[in-house]
Order: sequence, then C-alpha cells, then structure tokens
Amino acid sequence: MFLLYSGLIMSDIVVKNDWDVLRKYTAARIGLGRTGISLPTKQTLAFALDHARARDAVYLNLDTNVLEKQLENLEFSTIKLNSKAKNRETYLQRPDLGRELDETSAKLLEKKVYDLVFVIADGLSSRAIHDNAVNFISSLSAKLEADTREWSIAPICIVKQGRVAIGDEIGQRLDAKIVVVLIGERPGLSSPDSLGFYMTWNPQVGLKDSSRNCISNIRSEGLSYDEASNKALYLITKSTELELSGVNLKERSAEEITCRASIEQ
Amino acid sequence: MQKKYKFQLGSKTYAFENLVEVMAKATPKRSGDELAGVAAISEEERVVAQMLLSEVPLKTFLCEHLVAYEDDEVTRLIVENHDLEAFEPISHLCVGDLRDWLLSDYTSIEMIQDIKMGLTPEMVAAVSKIMRNQDLIIVAKKCEVISSFRNTIGLKNRLSTRLQPNHPTDDVSGIAASILDGLMYGSGDAVIGINPASDNIKQATKLLNLIDEIISKYDIPTQSSVLTHVTNTIEMIEKNAPVDLVFQSIGGTEATNSSFGFNLSILKEAQDAALSLKRGTVGNSVMYFETGQGSSLSANAHHGLDQQTCEVRAYAVARKFNPLLINTVVGFIGPEYLYDGKEITRAGLEDHFCGKLLGLPMGCDICYTNHAQVDQDDMDNLLTLLGVAGCNFIMGIPGSDDIMLNYQTTSFHDALYIRRVLNLRPAPEFEKWLEKMQIFTDTNKFVLNDKMAVGFSNLLKETL
Repeated sequence: MFLLYSGLIMSDIVVKNDWDVLRKYTAARIGLGRTGISLPTKQTLAFALDHARARDAVYLNLDTNVLEKQLENLEFSTIKLNSKAKNRETYLQRPDLGRELDETSAKLLEKKVYDLVFVIADGLSSRAIHDNAVNFISSLSAKLEADTREWSIAPICIVKQGRVAIGDEIGQRLDAKIVVVLIGERPGLSSPDSLGFYMTWNPQVGLKDSSRNCISNIRSEGLSYDEASNKALYLITKSTELELSGVNLKERSAEEITCRASIEQ
Repeated sequence: MQKKYKFQLGSKTYAFENLVEVMAKATPKRSGDELAGVAAISEEERVVAQMLLSEVPLKTFLCEHLVAYEDDEVTRLIVENHDLEAFEPISHLCVGDLRDWLLSDYTSIEMIQDIKMGLTPEMVAAVSKIMRNQDLIIVAKKCEVISSFRNTIGLKNRLSTRLQPNHPTDDVSGIAASILDGLMYGSGDAVIGINPASDNIKQATKLLNLIDEIISKYDIPTQSSVLTHVTNTIEMIEKNAPVDLVFQSIGGTEATNSSFGFNLSILKEAQDAALSLKRGTVGNSVMYFETGQGSSLSANAHHGLDQQTCEVRAYAVARKFNPLLINTVVGFIGPEYLYDGKEITRAGLEDHFCGKLLGLPMGCDICYTNHAQVDQDDMDNLLTLLGVAGCNFIMGIPGSDDIMLNYQTTSFHDALYIRRVLNLRPAPEFEKWLEKMQIFTDTNKFVLNDKMAVGFSNLLKETL
C-alpha cells in the first residue's frame, strides 16, 4: 500500500460523498467527492473529456461525400450547398450569414414544386449529423413511403455552415410546400450529438421561428429514430392538411410538441 | 448632415453622427457589436471614440437621450428618477473626470454612495468604456450594496451562492438530490432557485412547494425562487403559493421587455403582490432579476445602441424595484455576442461594476456554452476577478454542468475555492446555520465535514 508521509492512504485523501447513491435520480454531477475543497483528479479529467468532445463536435468538418454516398444507398439524390459563412469562426460570430446561401449555391436550385424538401445542415454539431441524420431519414422515408398519400420529395440538400433559417431560402427556391431542416444542435456537455428537426410550411425568406415546429434531442441516447420519425410524420401530415406550421399548428394539434433547445435566435 | 462629434488626430478628422455612435465605437471589442454593425472599424477609431467620450460632459446625457423619451418607457423611467440634488457634486465633470473622481483617494465610499441616484445608466456605461479591468475592480470593490430577505447579502468580505438544482424533466427526486448536494457543500444562501423545464403555473407551484418544504423543515435562513415568467408568479401568489421572490429577465429598452412579455407596471404589480405576503424575516427585497449583454440585439430591440449600454439601462429597471438579487448571466448568450474568454471576462467585470455603481446587489452567472471559445480556466479567472471585485453572489451547481439549460457555470466546489483564497464568508445567518448543522467543521477556514451532516444522513436513509 502506498503511504503518504503523514501515514494517510490515498483513499483517505479523497473524501467520498455518502449521497453519491442519489445519482440514480439525476444525471447531474452530484456527490463527486473532493480533495480539500477541490474536485478529485478523476472528476476533473472526466469533465475535461466531456467538454473536449463537445468542442470537437462544433469544429468537426461535415463530410458531405460520406453523407452523399449513404443517402444514395437510400436512393436519394443530393445537392451540396454552402452558406455565406466561409468558415467556422465567421459562422459562430455571424448567424445572419449562416442563414443565406452563397451565390454559387443559390444558382444550383431550380423551381420544380415539391411536397417536401429535406435540408441537412451541420449547425453546431457535425457529429450529430454523422451519427444520426441518415438513420433518421431512413426511418422517416420508410414511413412516408408506406403512407396513403404520395409524397414528392426533392433531392436532399446538404449545407455546410448552415443555420435553421437557410431552409427558408432553399424551400422557396425549389418551390417546396414544406422544408424540413435536420441540424446539429448546440452540444451539451453530455450530449455532443443531438440532432434537431425543424419543419416549416410554405418556406419564405424572413420567416420567424414562431412559424416552425421542432423535435429536439434526436440521438441514440435521446429520442429514438423511430419515435422521432413518428412525431415527424405526424407534423408533416398535419401541416399539409392544415396548410400551416409553427405556433398555429401547435395550438391546433392534439399532441403537444415541445421545443426547448432552439439553436437559433 | 453635420456630424456633431468630431475629433482631430494629427491631420485626420474623425467624425461621429451622435452620442449613440460615440458610445458604440468606444466600447471594447465584442462580437455582438460587430454583428449589430455598430462597432468601431479599427482599433484606432475605437480609442479615438474613447478619447472623445472622455470629453463629453455628464450633463450632456441629461439632454441627449440615447433612446427617444417618447418611444421608450425605460428612458422615461431614467429621466423621471434622476436626482438632480445627488448629481450636483459631479455635475461639472466630463466622463473622463468621472473616472478620475471614482478612482481618487479624495473620493470616499460615502461620496460615491451619495451620488448614485444622480448617475444615469448611460453615464455609468460611458465611464466603464474608458476604464481598464483593474479600474472596474477597484471601484466596484468600494461600492458595498447590501440587500436582505431571510438573510443579509452583500456585506464586506462575504459572498453568497444561488443553489441551482435544475433537472431536464423537473423530476422532483432529481432536483431534491441536487439541493442536498449543494447544501452539503455549503451552497444556497443567495437563493435556492430552479429554472423549470416546463414553464407553466402548475409545474412552478410544485417546485416552489418542494423548496419551501426543505427550507421550512431544516429551518434554512435562505429564500426560494422558481424562475418562471412574472405573470405566472403573480398568479401563483393569487393562488396562495409560497412565493418568496419574484423572478424576471429584464432588458434595457421597452421593446426588449415587451419581447419578454412584461412592462414596468406588471413588475410593480408583482412586487406589491410579493410584499403583501410578508415572508421576509430580516428584509423585504422581493425581486430577483436576470440580465445579460446582447438580449436587446437578440430581440431586435436595441435602437442602434451597443449591447453594453443596453445592459446598463436594464439596471435602471432593476433599481426601481429594490431587488434582493440581480444576476448578469454573462456567457450564456453565445459567441455571436461575446466570442471568447476575453470578451466574457470584460463583460462580467463591466456589468458588475456598472450595477454596483448604480447601487445594485450584483451577482454574476460566470458561465459559457460549448460553442464559445471558453473553458474552465477562463471561468476560474473571472471567478477570481469577481471575487476580488466584491461580487455579491455567484451560481452553484453540481460539477459545473447544468443538465437542463445545457451550459456550464460555477460549481459548489468553485464557490469553496473562492472562499478559501479570498476569505469570503457566506451570509452571516446562513453561516451560523452551516455551523449548527455541522456541514462546516471550521467556518473560519471553510473546512467541510468529512462525514455527512447527521440531520441529513437520516434523510438519506429514508430516501433510499
């Protein structure tokens, strides 16, 4: 046994908290123990690791080639687009630029009247996209296919450095009735991979967030793909029937769809 | 149009449209002002604007309103509450003189106290823009602001903490577990305050009852708050819920506040309602406000002002309602307003200084989100600086991780760190309680009991 000069053993140095058993009631970091009044080494490094993962999720580059291939396997064609934010630094400081397509991208979109367009944007976590976007689309598209209604779906738009509202411009340019934006949400310390779903009826540049409906926390440890795609199908169907989205749709739907973690202002 | 403010630098003339532009351009660099398009375009222009601002007479702020009197009830509040008698001793000064005056050995703490109602938020914002971090600290330290409800907050060499036991689904057992954790680490004398995940009256009442039971059962000299909308709190008071403090997020323009869904008369109504309950024991400050630079721009309600000036105008709103606590949530809003550790640190020190100079019991949520260029080291730095500056209170949460709001703020451990390095004690009533409950074994040296306090270990056995 390793003895310190005072004769204490290491297990006496770090004070354990008896109430750490209460962690079964919460994911909060309770009962961490202490050395003096400071965090024990193990705890301070565990926190550092979680923060590092969240930071990496923000800065991870969205691999559009991989996404393109995966979506091809689901028989979706894709269009690759960029926002006006040239890099991450600009993206983080200028949300306005992340809401607009750059000139080259804007020219790639032709009007052709669709029921639905999916937009996949990196947002604040490319990791959320890599881990969840294709799985979610796979689950939802199977349900749309099985639906009694025929859905005409546009090629999937993959956007780098994009914010939620960039879907408005894309939807408007394609003349889509509904735009669904799948976007990486702001990473939490314990959830660096959370995917957000934002649906807007009759997308037009300049719409406010109150005209969207949102499903949050789509990921393997959060809302499952199956549950999320059920909610999504419900929203898309209701929106098409009532020809509206956002606050008005929420008020008129029986099911309460809540949206807590909006990543946009 | 003739530009009103000019500054000659060598052969170059700098011209500014109005005081709004001078103020914005004199503001130390931050991303939010750049996003708004009001920031200086070069470092030189920024310092020129500061030089020009330093020569602006304080009297100018009384006639040149930065947001029009007719359009904005916050401006009207500022104008109507300005005390000319208190202003008299500094009425001949320019902004730059005010900085010198505040720092001078000839200016006593009492003299600063005496002029506070003669200062407008815009004067205070202006002087802060030409002060370095150390200036903001040394003057803030002179300003003691004490407030009380069930304990006394803001006394010299004391620091309080808000225990923030949030849970993503408002689970009562989960919240209770975090409260217990906090109390065992000596946290919670500013308030035990929950941000509810679902913002409705039923939920808020349930959570309020939970905290109230804990406070009553263990006879804790502190107060509770559920951070729900002010109109919800008014309704809860009508339904006889045990409301200690009224919470509201506030901003520095009428349009910001209307985007938050309230106006000044609603705040007055809420304050009166809470006062009527007479739940305070040592004082009757019943309001708890939160602010943060960038909220006006975010609500598109900034009238072309820089974000720091908007923030200080919010303090005029707070000052009207005698708050127990006012908390600047400095790093929550994101990197498009405050980009990195340097900008967050500066903003935290500015907010604390400006609030204190106006006579407010300022605390700070020293915090960050994962998409800002910040980490725990930056938080340690700002915590230490604010501790030195005499900040009234900080947050306390388990392990710095708020699992509901998804951001990081100061932990229970962090509060004990700052107590030890700066010898900052909790509120006196709460300190006695910590001793009585044997949570601290040595209150002078902030030594925690290695064993769980007896009164609470029984509770733990019952829970399990």
